[in-house]
Amino acid sequence: MTQDIKFIQGNEVCVEAALYAGLDFFAGYPITPSSEIAEHMAVRLPGIGGKFLQMEDEISSICAITGASLTGHKAMTATSGPGFSLMQEALGYAIMTEIPCVITNVQRGGPSTGLPTHGSQGDVNQARWGTHGDHAIIALTASNHQDLFQITVEAFNLAETYRTPVILLLDEMLGHMREKLIIPKVDEIPVVKRLRTAVPDGVDFHPYLPREDGRLPMSDFGDKHRYNVTGLYHDMWGFPTSDPQVIHGLIHHLMDKIENRVEQLTRYKEYFLEDAEVILISYGSSARSALHIVKNRRKRGERLGLLELQTLWPFPAGLVRRKTRQADFVAVVEMNMGQIVDEVKKVVDQHKRVFLVNRVDGGFITPENIKDMIRLIQGRGV
Amino acid sequence: MSRTRLIFSGSGGQGLITAAIILAEAAVIYEGRNATQSQSYGAAARGGVTRSDIIISENQIDFPKVNNPDVLVCLTQEAYNATYGDIRPGGLLLTDPHFVEIQTKADARQIRLPLYRAIMEQIGKPIVLNICMLGALQALTGLVRQDSLIKVLQTRVPGPFLEMNKEALELGRELSE
Amino acid sequence: MAVHNYIRQRFFPHLWCPGCGHGTILNNMLRAVDELGISKNDLVMVSGIGCSSRISGYVDFHSLHTIHGRALAYATGVKMSQPRLNVLIPMGDGDALAIGGNHFIHACRRNMDLTAIIMNNRIYGMTGGQFSPLSGEGILCTTAPQLTIDRSFDTVELALASGASFVARTTSFHVREITKLIARAIQHKGFSVVEILSQCPTHFGRKNKLGDASNMLEFFKKNTTPFGSKAKQDNPELIERGIFRELDIPDYCADYERTIQKAQKGKSS
Repeated sequence: MTQDIKFIQGNEVCVEAALYAGLDFFAGYPITPSSEIAEHMAVRLPGIGGKFLQMEDEISSICAITGASLTGHKAMTATSGPGFSLMQEALGYAIMTEIPCVITNVQRGGPSTGLPTHGSQGDVNQARWGTHGDHAIIALTASNHQDLFQITVEAFNLAETYRTPVILLLDEMLGHMREKLIIPKVDEIPVVKRLRTAVPDGVDFHPYLPREDGRLPMSDFGDKHRYNVTGLYHDMWGFPTSDPQVIHGLIHHLMDKIENRVEQLTRYKEYFLEDAEVILISYGSSARSALHIVKNRRKRGERLGLLELQTLWPFPAGLVRRKTRQADFVAVVEMNMGQIVDEVKKVVDQHKRVFLVNRVDGGFITPENIKDMIRLIQGRGV
Repeated sequence: MSRTRLIFSGSGGQGLITAAIILAEAAVIYEGRNATQSQSYGAAARGGVTRSDIIISENQIDFPKVNNPDVLVCLTQEAYNATYGDIRPGGLLLTDPHFVEIQTKADARQIRLPLYRAIMEQIGKPIVLNICMLGALQALTGLVRQDSLIKVLQTRVPGPFLEMNKEALELGRELSE
Repeated sequence: MAVHNYIRQRFFPHLWCPGCGHGTILNNMLRAVDELGISKNDLVMVSGIGCSSRISGYVDFHSLHTIHGRALAYATGVKMSQPRLNVLIPMGDGDALAIGGNHFIHACRRNMDLTAIIMNNRIYGMTGGQFSPLSGEGILCTTAPQLTIDRSFDTVELALASGASFVARTTSFHVREITKLIARAIQHKGFSVVEILSQCPTHFGRKNKLGDASNMLEFFKKNTTPFGSKAKQDNPELIERGIFRELDIPDYCADYERTIQKAQKGKSS
């Protein structure tokens, strides 16, 4: 049995996984450090009869994938910080209209043009709060290529299951580095297909009437059911409404379909947590440095553990609370000025035992950086 | 050695990142090992300092950057000056006298090979300097087999240029002896 | 009447003011669809934000009412992913040429088979009568109490320069021409622009002492002339109507089909 082994960049892993998940439409605009995603899509898509569009900007890119999703296609765009900022209004539209799609943000240093060729994890809160108005969102990340493949497929699966945009947060380090990837066999990772309505022609189809299980079957644009899609508050037919009861119902539906399913949506990995006195919480590429130092210190008898989050939003509050209960302190390792650390502080019982271990100078956070900061927190000096 | 950390450093356009990818890919695809390859660079496609970090290991590789390399290759003076102090004691430091004046105080096995001159004299195409370097490095370290590198070249290099690349690889090996 | 077959009655009454030109455009747009015999299931209407954009909700097609300025970008995704569909994009002047100006010129350049209908009433009506990039100079409106000093785009010139393969203009007075031009635009294989001058008596006419809707229609009648007419030579102030360009060049989706064929041929060889 031969394995399909590749040695590729994280950005290319994202492409291969998206294709595995059934993507056949991509629209994007070049921006460092995400451009390789567009480049590989341009290479791969026509060969399988898929569509690749290089649009005039990031706004039109997210709009185009939203339009393509409505005709029944799995679609994605990819960008980096400045482009992700531009996409925020249309992200809100996809949330409001419940159109599945995946938006990949290969994070770089911000704000503004910032550090195009250097990694960062500064867009975590933007992924959650970037678009206006109350809403819920799913945002996933991973720290290595094998996990990234799995998580990318899951991003598409969750987008389809919950009829929502899903944000995939990579960073420059992960996007550009190369390492081994074993391409999973067909069906090794389940792929969720578009749920289409069984309502026959001539019978009213309600595109915004959730079933008992909360899912909303769709009908492709161009198929037999004609309905209205609008970013205005709308009723179950998709028609604009100002009926307070309907508005109330819709905003609650948009929140609940995600916030009520935190446990089902949580993806994570844990290392040496059972007896850990010091628990590191990290995600994305910085979790690699955290894991390195945890393994290294364990060899020297120090009781360090790592909780690696793959689901960042909805924030897995229950998981974090449970896993960190016995720790003396919790160090959140991230390459920003403290974004996930605030969430952790909100959910642990004593927020004063939560510390930020970070690096924001464009350099990749090293195990040494983490070790030094932990020693300072422990009062042992560096 | 279960884990080898390497840094290739030089200037943009010398093909060092490509060389790093070829080496790491050979280890992963043809020798069943783990490897990571990462790089740092600025906005310029040509010129400027480029650096690629490679780790080859039997085990899982978590932190993918190299602080203290076992093997350091420097193909510009600037790259050499910036990194020679980081090498692990007893490590291998490969340079080419065409590009680099070495400091005797580096605590390493410093090997100077006239890669550039040999390439220009025997092949006449500076574009395969990186492959010549890989040939020498392979022979000096035995990190991967030469045939693994050739297999990677066969998948990455367009047909008409394959022979020239294989020649450069062999030339590097000969120089290292 | 046949156009009623294409209307979502439950969506009425519409929100347009009495005397607005947009209803006339809707009526004649539907006549064009009816004339061509396009199945309702094969037609997608994509719109942005503004008075004109509400049109998509009133029609019994697949309707996508999106965000301000981006209708063409959504339409591009719909068409590219499902090229067999007819895609109509009604837009206002601000929607198409201010916030959406970049998408407009690129859609012209790309020449995807979309039909853009620009309902130009020279004002932002929905937000209360601010000037648009098509208002032109010397207009009184809520954001130019001392009259506008902004110069105007010429939609037709802009579309021509940007590479649209079908470019036409008419007015809400010339109702049969609306039907004729929209039908031609839908049939045209490539990016089509139909600019329709429309009247906003509430915000534009009233403030600028142009009278009521019938006076404004009268203005369209008197101040326009068919493209290439002698009248234009005699009076350069006249606005030309008709088809300015109708070019038979490959549209984007057809070109992309060839890209797919090339890629698949390369793979098997």
